[in-house]
Amino acid sequence: MSIFVDENTKVVYQGLTGSQGSYYGRLNAEYGTQVVAGTNPKRAGIEVNGVPIFATVAEAVEATGATASCIFIPAPGVKGAVMEAAEAGIELIVAITEGVPAHDEAWFFNQLKRNHPDVQLLGPNCPGIISPGKCNIGITAGHIAKAGGPVGIVSRSGTLTYQALYELKQKGIGVTTCVGIGGDPVPGTSFIDCLSAFEADPETKAVMMIGEIGGSAEEEAAEFIKNNMSKPISSYIAGVTAPPGKKMGHAGAIVSGGKGTAAAKMAALADAGVKVGNNPTEAGELMAEIVAGL
Amino acid sequence: MDLFEHQGKEFFAQYGMPVSAGEAVFSVDEAVAAAGRLGTPVMVKAQVHAGGRGKAGGVKFAADIDAVREHAGNILGLDIKGHIVKRLWIEEASDIAEEYYASFTLDRSAKTHLGMLSKEGGIEIETVAVENPDAIAKIWVDPVDGLTEAACRQWVLEAELPEAAIEGTIDILLKLYIAYTEGDADMVEINPLILTSAGKVHVLDAKVTLDANSEYRHPDYQQYDETQVRDEREAAAHAHGLQYVGLDGTVGVIANGAGLAMSTVDVVNQVGGRAANFLDIGGGANADLMSAALQVINNDPSVKSIFINIFGGITRGDVVAEGIIESMKRVKIDSPIVIRLDGTNAEDGRRLLEPELGDDLVLEDTMLSAARRAVELAK
Repeated sequence: MSIFVDENTKVVYQGLTGSQGSYYGRLNAEYGTQVVAGTNPKRAGIEVNGVPIFATVAEAVEATGATASCIFIPAPGVKGAVMEAAEAGIELIVAITEGVPAHDEAWFFNQLKRNHPDVQLLGPNCPGIISPGKCNIGITAGHIAKAGGPVGIVSRSGTLTYQALYELKQKGIGVTTCVGIGGDPVPGTSFIDCLSAFEADPETKAVMMIGEIGGSAEEEAAEFIKNNMSKPISSYIAGVTAPPGKKMGHAGAIVSGGKGTAAAKMAALADAGVKVGNNPTEAGELMAEIVAGL
Repeated sequence: MDLFEHQGKEFFAQYGMPVSAGEAVFSVDEAVAAAGRLGTPVMVKAQVHAGGRGKAGGVKFAADIDAVREHAGNILGLDIKGHIVKRLWIEEASDIAEEYYASFTLDRSAKTHLGMLSKEGGIEIETVAVENPDAIAKIWVDPVDGLTEAACRQWVLEAELPEAAIEGTIDILLKLYIAYTEGDADMVEINPLILTSAGKVHVLDAKVTLDANSEYRHPDYQQYDETQVRDEREAAAHAHGLQYVGLDGTVGVIANGAGLAMSTVDVVNQVGGRAANFLDIGGGANADLMSAALQVINNDPSVKSIFINIFGGITRGDVVAEGIIESMKRVKIDSPIVIRLDGTNAEDGRRLLEPELGDDLVLEDTMLSAARRAVELAK
């Protein structure tokens, strides 16, 4: 099994007519993802790489039965795109776009929670989600992941996630689902949402969690792990040597007022029984040990 | 983007908040002229992106023009927590009866906005939070609802401000919330918010951080972008659109992806070295970006070796290798380069780099071994 997506997931791409959308939409389709529709209010009726374009998400859902959407729309349009997808009945919204203002994110996070509590929003500013061999929504290179499990991955960073997928594949370890929750201050999906889904998924036997400086999501995850997780976890936190007050590439990766340090996050996770590696390779080796002992 | 106090006050004034009249100046003569126009007494205030200005001697009361000349001379060039004072704000002096604190920021954990109000102002809120946490009244505001007047009044009452300050504070907080949300601020802080002897509530200081991601809908924020304090290296990187943070070590770092770049800096540290910078060239890692990145790092005199750490995802390793080779033709590099290339088509990439290898270009298999080599070469 996998979490949030599987081989039956039908996806509509908001922004499939743009350069990023058409490129990754094609790669996702080649991977085997059911890319069933795209949207563009001005170009309804055309096709992009054989995929029909509709004016709205609602029309795309009506015509194709899509239940997931992937957003490649530029930052100014993301707030509208997220709400349009939710109102059209989409269950999983994957927002890849980087550079969305934090106030927009805070607004649509709370608007979804209130009016569309069943919608799972991933991102913005995330690489997407891949269930190897079944479905790949977003910008992850599908071939670097081995299908089958037993490991689930959840991560705030794109490249470190690819690295984790790749290292596990080289060790012959498969992945049930890999979720990139993104590096922004208000991610739609949290570590806890994913940990909880992995705990419930019978095929996922262990979880790898990759965090970074900023905010307290890792500390909250540690608390959740302590009380709710029976499956073993390995982890890595980036930014041990990051100077305070500086945004390290991601909008959410900032140590402010002494809060959000890597040291505090690593300590909280270790305290919750998580095997914490000092670098990505070490976290991969720890996961290999965990898998060998399953 | 951090604003100087005077920019923060101009920002607040646009939303109708009461601030003191004043002028930003860059020399003693300009300070004297400004004070002449404003009329003494005035405050002479250092403009730096750092707290604790008063303690450092960066904020002075000047009763007359001679005092303005003296204080301006002393404060210009002052080092406040590593920030050299280059500009001053000369403003009309206020008659302070009481000092309060007010701020809004995003509570990332609650995923709503957090307002903090305290009758203990003029000192750092972190200090109040430790020594007298009950003196801070907090309000969590759902971004969808916004701050209503009724909720704001309740909040001000909880803060136990004196009767005379209540109406004025409510008015300012409602405007501060609008400035915070409509202005796309990461943080707005008034410390102190004062009650004057005449019974008026007034904004005496302004600390504002704006969300750079919102610049597309605030074209006027370009002016703030231009006054960000960046060292030479950071300015050069910013001009090329690179995600760069200057650090104080000797190993220049280039990686694709923010997480991997952070991780690379960490690993350099773990093996006994220190990184000179954080630099994320993004997923693409093409020759143009690589050339710009190498140029910025090469111009940093403290760099003794360069560690390029690339993981190929969609971007193939052979394309990245071609980019590195091409950019080395474009930019003459003074320090030895250590490359770790992994992921998609990494073997093809390594094969392409093979003929170029030598003392100045080294290939390593893993992130750790590459970090060790780069640190060795920096010694």
